[in-house]
Amino acid sequence: MGRKLLTEHINVEGIDTFEVYRKHGGYRSVEKALKTMTPDEVVEEVKKSGLRGRGGAGFPTGMKWSFLAKPEGIPRHLVCNADESEPGTFKDRHLMSKLPHLLIEGMITSSYALGANTSYIYIRGELLYVLRILEKAISEAYANGFLGKNILGSGYDLDLHVHPGGGAYICGEETALLESLEGKRGNPRNKPPFPAVQGLYARPTVVNNVESIAAVVPIINDGGDEYAKLGVGKSTGTKLFSACGHLNKPGIYEIELGVPVEEFIYSDEYCGGIWKGRELKAVVAGGSSVPILPKELILKTAAGENRLMTYESLSDGGFVTGTMLGSGGFIAMDETTCIVRNTWSFSRFYHHESCGQCSPCREGTGWMEKVLHRLEHGHGHMEDIDLLVSVAKQIEGNTICPLGEAAAWPVAAAVRHFRDEFEWHVTHAKEAARPGAVYPGKAVLA
Amino acid sequence: MAKITFDGIEIEVPDGTTIMNAARTVGGSIVPPAMCYYTPLKGSGGKCRACLVKVTAGSTKDPRPMPKLVPSCITSVQDGMVVENTVNQQVLDVRKGIVEMLLINHPLDCPVCDQAGECDLQNFAFEHGVSTTRYTEERRTFDKIDIGPLIQLHMTRCILCYRCVYTANQVAGDRVHGVLGRGDAAEIGTYIENIIDQDFSGNVIDVCPVGALTDKTWRFKSRVWFTKPVNAHRDCPKCSGNVLLWYKGKDVLRITARKDEYGEVKEWICNECRFEKKETSDWTIEGPAHIDRSSVISANHYELPVLNHSVVADLPESTQRELEKNPPLKLGS
Ligand SMILES: Cc1cc2nc3c(=O)[nH]c(=O)nc-3n(C[C@H](O)[C@H](O)[C@H](O)COP(=O)(O)O)c2cc1C
Ligand code: SF4
Ligand code: SF4
Ligand code: FES
Repeated sequence: MGRKLLTEHINVEGIDTFEVYRKHGGYRSVEKALKTMTPDEVVEEVKKSGLRGRGGAGFPTGMKWSFLAKPEGIPRHLVCNADESEPGTFKDRHLMSKLPHLLIEGMITSSYALGANTSYIYIRGELLYVLRILEKAISEAYANGFLGKNILGSGYDLDLHVHPGGGAYICGEETALLESLEGKRGNPRNKPPFPAVQGLYARPTVVNNVESIAAVVPIINDGGDEYAKLGVGKSTGTKLFSACGHLNKPGIYEIELGVPVEEFIYSDEYCGGIWKGRELKAVVAGGSSVPILPKELILKTAAGENRLMTYESLSDGGFVTGTMLGSGGFIAMDETTCIVRNTWSFSRFYHHESCGQCSPCREGTGWMEKVLHRLEHGHGHMEDIDLLVSVAKQIEGNTICPLGEAAAWPVAAAVRHFRDEFEWHVTHAKEAARPGAVYPGKAVLA
Repeated sequence: MAKITFDGIEIEVPDGTTIMNAARTVGGSIVPPAMCYYTPLKGSGGKCRACLVKVTAGSTKDPRPMPKLVPSCITSVQDGMVVENTVNQQVLDVRKGIVEMLLINHPLDCPVCDQAGECDLQNFAFEHGVSTTRYTEERRTFDKIDIGPLIQLHMTRCILCYRCVYTANQVAGDRVHGVLGRGDAAEIGTYIENIIDQDFSGNVIDVCPVGALTDKTWRFKSRVWFTKPVNAHRDCPKCSGNVLLWYKGKDVLRITARKDEYGEVKEWICNECRFEKKETSDWTIEGPAHIDRSSVISANHYELPVLNHSVVADLPESTQRELEKNPPLKLGS
């Protein structure tokens, strides 16, 4: 089993309390950073680590930090994105509820690096129980001198707040999150200006995912170079994958980036294969917004080797064969899965969650959902299939925020890889419309 | 100053100017269409995506093309930028798509809509859209909301450009309306039924690019192209008092703020001027207004010579008597 950097102690009794967490080496990174390093040195370590954002886009964290504007006399903020609403992604919630102090430790060290004196954890409102856990942990951190004024006598002050959101997927998009945190409707902002220049309350702000911030802890403890030794190429370190769908052992796995997909799905160490002895049909590797891949493509490259779970390997080949690692929401679908129904289900989600600001997303997501609904329920026409692709294209790249793409890609990719199944829904409408009906043929590869 | 090339035309504009406004300094058909952007409203723009253009070179310093189309209304020019609008097929295709999207949930009830003849969406669709639709699904409908005696809300026609929200925020105090719900279930409305009657709230009617917000005191009285816009002013303690009176015969059917060639209000007017001063005697007439944007209105060539006393004095006596009995307009002082 690979090394675990974040979840090593996750099952230790009482690890959610300050005392036990501290006993297991907790808050060492804060001591090290505040007492022996300058903020820039902390940023440098994170750069060296090669850590890429774990929230979905995979942007290098150290580089993002170094873009932060530092005008004299204007406060800066670190905001932790704990919204986590992508269907299929449920790792942050787990991390926070089991290891609240890991996130808080990461927040302190990261805030120090960024020169932020007030930081926020924006958490999905439905996760009330996690909010309570975090609040308790934060008060413990205050009581032990790790938050508040003059932390560990270093002269550095930090206040940390948890803020529950109203529970809208769009509030996970970083600029919508900032709007929501400011008390407004969670509508994404046009960029530029980027948050690094004008973020929360128009101040320079870094928005990072829970897991990205947690990863700063081992990076500072062991050094960026050590961290970068794990993984493959530009995909360094470990990553949490939330595996769900038709797997024998769905769950949350911390893996070293670069484990072959096949091993992840089939080995007993991880997901233990497909349930009920069935065949795998397709995989969505990084949360519902990334393009779906049929089994054959996810398991084998053109050269025939196993595909690795890295940012690069999943996205190479562009969007013809490629997909993305995204947030690590790994959804496996067995041979009995109806791709049309599944696509409709995803589409329904994005339709429901579009904020409605820009015309292509507001109108297009609804349009796609309705066409998919018709196809699934036996009222579709052949032209509908191209119509779907065309509407997806009309949305992609033309919207304010990436929700447009998140809505368009799953539809476009499903048609690209499973067109014959969509056609079968037209030619065998009655049959296909039966609940639980599955296309009997094989998917045609692109 | 920044030099940019827009559809092959070289334009020099002050730094910080948006691509849209740079194009507007040239004017004419190269100007990208705008459904949500509105110069007098801070923060507007970027939503409808009607104005997307292709930037084929970012700047002299960084001549790389921008990967996605950019909203010209909120993207600032950079020295050396090269922009394609009417000459770029991708841009034109996307625009067609935007029209199609906007018309999904906007009924084509132009025959009974009070905005007909001065509707930005009508113009946008005419210039950039196609005449057929691929949309066969059910379209959205709404329960009627009564927002008071002055303004009629037809939510079905709203294209969620947010202009009225910014107007209410920035021009009329005490905003009671905004966007409720999200996605294509989003709607303009008042949270818990409310009346919109704050002073200056009438300006939401003028900024609405479609017929979603119309003037209850003028509804169904006339098609706009049968009326004559006349510049007029009055001494108003609240606003500039500079307005347009829309005449049918001798009656003032409607009063609006004056707009520029892009349909943008030049000076906000108060509700008293807009809704309560419907007599010619309330106003000092300046003369017929020049309307060059909405083709349907200007097609009628209604512009009359400006009447002034010295001209009238030279007319034959019978004509003078007739004018006195039946003054077409209140004469300028
Ligand atoms: C519609 C939408 C929803 C998103 N939801 C989340 C989320 O729930 N959590 C998250 O960390 N990032 C989410 N993101 C990505 C964030 O915008 C942002 O990229 C991320 O928080 C940056 O953190 P990182 O650099 O540490 O990955 C979402 C993006 C979009 C477009
Ligand atoms: S793409 Fe969708 S979610 Fe994003 S701003 Fe536009 S309407 Fe809102
Ligand atoms: S009511 Fe009119 S101005 Fe207001 S958002 Fe809708 S279309 Fe825009
Ligand atoms: S006018 Fe630019 S996006 Fe609406």
